[in-house]
Amino acid sequence: MQSANVNRLTPYLFLAPAALIMAVALLYPIGYMIYASFLDWNPSQRIGEADFVGLRNYVNLLSDAAFLESFWVTIKFAAIVVSVEMFIGVGLALLLDRNIRGMSLLRTLFILPMMIAPIVVGLMWRYMYHPTVGIFNRTLKSLGFETVPWLSDGSWAFASVVIADVWQWTPFIFILSLAALQSLPQSAMEASRIDGATGWQQIIHIKLPLMMPVLIVTLLLRLIDAFKVLEVILVLTNGGPGLSTEILSLRISRTASEFRELGEAAAMSNFLLILLMLLTFGMFFYNKAVEVRAARLRAAAEED
Amino acid sequence: MPKITFDQVAKSYGSVEVLPPFDLALDDGEFTVLVGPSGCGKSTTLRMLAGLETLSGGEIFFDEKPISKLEPKDRDLAMVFQDYALYPHMTIAKNMSFALRLARAPKSEIEEKVRRVAEMLNIAPLLDRKPAELSGGQRQRVAMGRALVRDAGTFLFDEPLSNLDAKLRGKMRAELAEMRDTIDKNMVYVTHDQVEAMTLGDRIVVMSDGLIQQQGTPEELFKSPVNKFVAGFIGSPSMNFIDGELVDDDGKTWVHGDGFKLPLDLDISARMNDVQTRAVTVGLRPSSLTTDISRGAPIELKVVVSEYLGAQSVLVTRCGGADVLVETQSTSPVRAGSVQTFGVLTNEIMIFDKASGLRL
Ligand SMILES: Nc1ncnc2c1ncn2[C@@H]1O[C@H](COP(=O)(O)OP(=O)(O)O)[C@@H](O)[C@H]1O
Ligand SMILES: [Mg+2]
Repeated sequence: MQSANVNRLTPYLFLAPAALIMAVALLYPIGYMIYASFLDWNPSQRIGEADFVGLRNYVNLLSDAAFLESFWVTIKFAAIVVSVEMFIGVGLALLLDRNIRGMSLLRTLFILPMMIAPIVVGLMWRYMYHPTVGIFNRTLKSLGFETVPWLSDGSWAFASVVIADVWQWTPFIFILSLAALQSLPQSAMEASRIDGATGWQQIIHIKLPLMMPVLIVTLLLRLIDAFKVLEVILVLTNGGPGLSTEILSLRISRTASEFRELGEAAAMSNFLLILLMLLTFGMFFYNKAVEVRAARLRAAAEED
Repeated sequence: MPKITFDQVAKSYGSVEVLPPFDLALDDGEFTVLVGPSGCGKSTTLRMLAGLETLSGGEIFFDEKPISKLEPKDRDLAMVFQDYALYPHMTIAKNMSFALRLARAPKSEIEEKVRRVAEMLNIAPLLDRKPAELSGGQRQRVAMGRALVRDAGTFLFDEPLSNLDAKLRGKMRAELAEMRDTIDKNMVYVTHDQVEAMTLGDRIVVMSDGLIQQQGTPEELFKSPVNKFVAGFIGSPSMNFIDGELVDDDGKTWVHGDGFKLPLDLDISARMNDVQTRAVTVGLRPSSLTTDISRGAPIELKVVVSEYLGAQSVLVTRCGGADVLVETQSTSPVRAGSVQTFGVLTNEIMIFDKASGLRL
């Protein structure tokens, strides 16, 4: 009896150190941030000296035009980059899913951008976008075209950060799609060839539907990441010109360091956190639903 | 329903030659079975016919038309895969109608055809389910149904029954045999199971190690195999082989070995006079041995085990160093451990060259 109890507790005992570290490293800062979002707090004060203002920071946010603008920029940015990346990534995977010589080298090359630190990516693209010595404008000029104000015009700047992000993160979708493609049941593919499907029909009727579970998870992962993007944009435009590329994380960092409104910044962070939690829960429930469905199907099959 | 001709077709993977060049002609409307042990190249042959594998040499003709450059969809064939290869995300109805939908057949016609085939195969109540919701046997039927819905000229089957349990396999085999008689199409059927081959085939092609050993009707293969491989592969329980020597004695030809001396019938011994070799292998089918010694030449065998199968029993016996199986009626029980005299039906003895394995 005694030993049975101990045995049952053993796993929790082993988990305890990890759980403790998680609690301190994860929950403490989040709790701190939530608490801070109810304070009127500037960096020269210790947290105990700040005034408690209840929900004022949140109410302010909703009427803060700059915040709403940067929220809209973030949504627009995430929606555009993720759509473009999904389209190109999945497309490339469909194209390169074949066994030709040199293909594995090509695949390795394709995933290189993902492995470069975002700050470096930012710097690299900043040089390439440089108005006079950057490769793009030099090339345009030597071909006799007008140069483009890559980072100095609002719309062009937004397009420029989108291009840089697409360049860096398309490979992520590409490898996951490729892995999904290569794990598809080979004989179903052969059956569809015999049933008369052309390459396109195979993609539309067999490959894409079978890849869908992986694609949905990939999409959610990318969306979560796109909402948190910071470094590349920080280096490229620092949010400008105007507010044209000021995504939420930049706004948060500026609110804290430039405007010295720690409470307000914490409230924005919470706002972003809630958004990301919704996406994460969406992914979680999607996975759960898939599992439940699979279990139900198995049960049904065993009945017969 | 074209006549299918393989002309010097060969297949290599890299430097490994899986199928050396071979010829094969399949008649229009015939049920052909490719049979042979696992790994002998049956699936490869079928997949080249289907267009799923390229040819390394030679050409396949449908009637007079070379087809090796055609896509699978342009070859007018339907195929049933060993693992069924159903589309996991489509319902059974959608699975079965996929080809027709791609061909833009009218909706009413599609529904009508799917319903008819589903009823024939007893899967009509399953049409709205997904493949994962079916049992193995039901999936097998769906795979069959998906092929039958199409009006293809040639049907290909790659070991369609091998994933079923023994009972279900027997049942499906019988249904296939019935279908063979009602559907007048080319059918090419691959299996490693000689019972399936014998029950289904109009014509059987026996393969081993990438080589076609022999082709013919089930009866031809059973009664006059060309070599030891075919003789041992066809028939169940399989043929017994005992090494021996040809000797002339008393004006007759005998085959003599460790623990036996059997006289050869006149027609066989006449053939033996034409060959040089004296070292031979004797082939005896388990059914060529009988407990009724008045019906054949006597042979003494030590009974090791008696396997009771119901109406029949299979005796595992020993003759010198060789194991010999004997098929008997269970009504005349034989005690294990005893030494008994059996009768050999001498007209069913087969003699093989010991070195080459060819039948003499
Ligand atoms: N894709 C492949 N690459 C290399 N060898 C293969 C390939 N497919 C089959 N083989 C080889 O070809 C031989 C025949 O295979 P197969 O036709 O599948 O035999 P089976 O008669 O069992 O259907 C086997 O020895 C197998 O190892
Ligand atoms: Mg095979």
